[in-house]
Amino acid sequence: MPDVLEIEGLAKTFGGVKALQGVDLTVRAGEIHGLLGQNGSGKSTLIKVLAGFHQPDPGGRLRVNGQEVSLPLAPGEYKALGMRFVHQDLGLIPSLTVLENLFLDELSTEASVSIPWKRWRSHARTLMERYGVHLETSKLVSDLRPVERALLAIVRAVATAPSNGLLVLDEPTVFLPQDDTQMLFDVTRNVAGTGTGVLFVSHDLEEVKQLTDRFTVFRDGRVVGGGATADHTREQIVRLIVGHDLEAVSHRSAAQLAASTVAGRVSGACGGLVAHASLAVHRGEVLGVTGLSGSGFEDLPYLMFGAVPAESGRLEIGSRTTDLRRQNPTKAFQQGLALVPADRPRDGAILSLSVLDNVSMQMLPSFQRGPFLRRKRMQDESRKVLSTFDVRPNDPTLPCSSLSGGNQQKVLMAKWLQTRPTVLMVHEPTQGVDVGAREEIFSVLRSATAEGMGVLCASSDHEQLALICDRVLIFRQGRIVAELTGEQITKERISELSYAVQAPTTDLAS
Amino acid sequence: MSPGKARGRSRLDLVQRIALPVAWLLLIAGFGIANPSVFLTAATFQTMLGSQAVLLVLTLALIVPLTAGDYDLSVAGVLTLSAMMVAILNVQHGWPIWAAIVAALVMGLVVGLANGLVMVFFGIESLIVTLGMGTLLTGITLWASDSATISGISQGLVDYVIVKRFAGISLAFYYAIALCAILWWVLEYTSIGRRLLFVGRGRSVSKLSGVRVGRVRIGALMGSAALAALAGVLYAGTSGGADPSSGSSLLLPAFAAAFLGATSIMPGRFNPWGTAIAVYFLVTGITGLQLMGVQSYVQQLFYGGALLVAVALSQLARGRVPLDNG
Repeated sequence: MPDVLEIEGLAKTFGGVKALQGVDLTVRAGEIHGLLGQNGSGKSTLIKVLAGFHQPDPGGRLRVNGQEVSLPLAPGEYKALGMRFVHQDLGLIPSLTVLENLFLDELSTEASVSIPWKRWRSHARTLMERYGVHLETSKLVSDLRPVERALLAIVRAVATAPSNGLLVLDEPTVFLPQDDTQMLFDVTRNVAGTGTGVLFVSHDLEEVKQLTDRFTVFRDGRVVGGGATADHTREQIVRLIVGHDLEAVSHRSAAQLAASTVAGRVSGACGGLVAHASLAVHRGEVLGVTGLSGSGFEDLPYLMFGAVPAESGRLEIGSRTTDLRRQNPTKAFQQGLALVPADRPRDGAILSLSVLDNVSMQMLPSFQRGPFLRRKRMQDESRKVLSTFDVRPNDPTLPCSSLSGGNQQKVLMAKWLQTRPTVLMVHEPTQGVDVGAREEIFSVLRSATAEGMGVLCASSDHEQLALICDRVLIFRQGRIVAELTGEQITKERISELSYAVQAPTTDLAS
Repeated sequence: MSPGKARGRSRLDLVQRIALPVAWLLLIAGFGIANPSVFLTAATFQTMLGSQAVLLVLTLALIVPLTAGDYDLSVAGVLTLSAMMVAILNVQHGWPIWAAIVAALVMGLVVGLANGLVMVFFGIESLIVTLGMGTLLTGITLWASDSATISGISQGLVDYVIVKRFAGISLAFYYAIALCAILWWVLEYTSIGRRLLFVGRGRSVSKLSGVRVGRVRIGALMGSAALAALAGVLYAGTSGGADPSSGSSLLLPAFAAAFLGATSIMPGRFNPWGTAIAVYFLVTGITGLQLMGVQSYVQQLFYGGALLVAVALSQLARGRVPLDNG
């Protein structure tokens, strides 16, 4: 049987940056092939090339079931080639039933007068039986458990695919509890059993070890290794994923940290993806929280800020103690918390309003004289603030959308630092930010700590954490499982602990 | 002044900002040439400006929640009930006129509060809540008035709304213009106004910045209902009475004017001065056509058409910057 997918010498350049170079990848019929690598290593670029979303650089070759296919693929061409994608968001419509979701394509293109519900229902049952999925066809998708939704998405994807097709699962397990992943694995094996090749994209080594037959590791856009999963230890795979290049800069030692006072303390926080977390942020330190996506670290700042509802937990800032169940962003702001969120266009900046509006949002009371807002003064002040943070161009009247990502982020930093918070929380602070601005944002965080603030940085960018943090907490399944301080903080160490290669207890001792 | 007046704006922006006032002048010139003896008289303009003050106040009511990203479809119902309350309390129960007016305004605040609380606590779209409320209020009005028109409101109110004139124009016009100025000041020069805008443009950002989004939205609906009640008082003063269907024909023109106004002066933003120009642009068009003897259905054609054009234009105006609502 020919291989379902053969890629040779694939490359993709984005404005001078090589997102992929010389990539070779083969997925055999009936195998489950793990695709591994850190964020930004090129996995998603490869998938987008297959989906016809990106045009690869000329020179690469693609064979599907032994047939040469000319690149670039047109959007949607993957369907005719027998490829199917299930992305993390699954693409289901929660308010519709299982059956309606299963036949979404047909529903949106069906031209006949009456919909053959009866025929579809029995067809749906046979389909689900074939892959060992047990779902009530009349149930609403919103009533399904997360794992059931994932299974539905997979069945839908393979329903119309040929048996020698390719199924790409793009991190489908991120939000699933351990037991449920097994169900997903069983169905995935059933799919592969029909002769379909499965490309399984994941961060989670444990899953890759359990599920896949072979694997390929990407780093910095290149294939750096791979082979039969059974022939490699977890440590070997992690080494491939992480590589050994970067040295961390000097950090504050544990002793120095112990001497400093606490800026904010969280005890027993639970809510969102956080199962249980207790931690303290010290004045003058940059505390990193990280883990794999879905491990809970990304919800922690929002939980503290009252933007994600908490089931339990207490927050102490200075002498004030708050029950996190009653926390809300207005209170959090008054307590001296600041949060620069990751999703800038949705949560961070109002792009359609001016830079002035964005930067002065929380400073309005200080510009109020009687019933009037002193707008002239606001403009002068904000111009000063913008030049302190080196926002370019320094024109507060421009719409925020006209600024580059890096400058928008600096505006948000300026907005929050003006409020002189006790604890500044940032989530993926350099996402969508160019290299130059990245350095500037680091130095902004550094100078914030110099003024005595505590900085909490939630990020999945291990390299960045190694560069800026004095201490790093690593989350797994909603809990803090390891703490790194001082010289221990390296990109490799953070990655290893995130992937849980070594027993975490040895690290907690320090 | 407003942040709209920023340096570095292109000529295209200027064209966009003054397009509506220019179109208004062209409209006047057009009717003036076509029908000089009837249209180009002081009386025509005095009537237009004075008689449509109610519509202007109602439209100003709408732009408060629109700025915060919410619709208030109950303003017409509030207007009708308010006018009816003034008439019933003053004529049938013999209340002094000021007490009847205060009662009507309080009714507006209460209705707005009810709208807001239902919207925020049950998480229902403002469009649906206020549609229900508007219908409910219309029912109450018909019930309370026995579906009859009530006339004979104190001459004092009528005098101070429509009879007394300055420069030949009824006082109602000046009240409406004063309200424009106040609203402009509130929207541009107070924290409340800025928060309305923040909430309308970025609800999630506002929430995460510590703005009490729920309160702002409730406040906006209270503002619109109170202003609609004021429009009802002016209506009662203009006509000397109240009829149970007075407001229903004003809702569409008010929306048309609000959206048309958002294409002008400060394009992409609901603003009082743009609104005032839009109201009088629409009124001029209809008055001009009616004076030329065109059938009355032209009113619906004009308002409906203007609403569609205005919404399309305001989307274009906003299109220069990404929409980030919701």
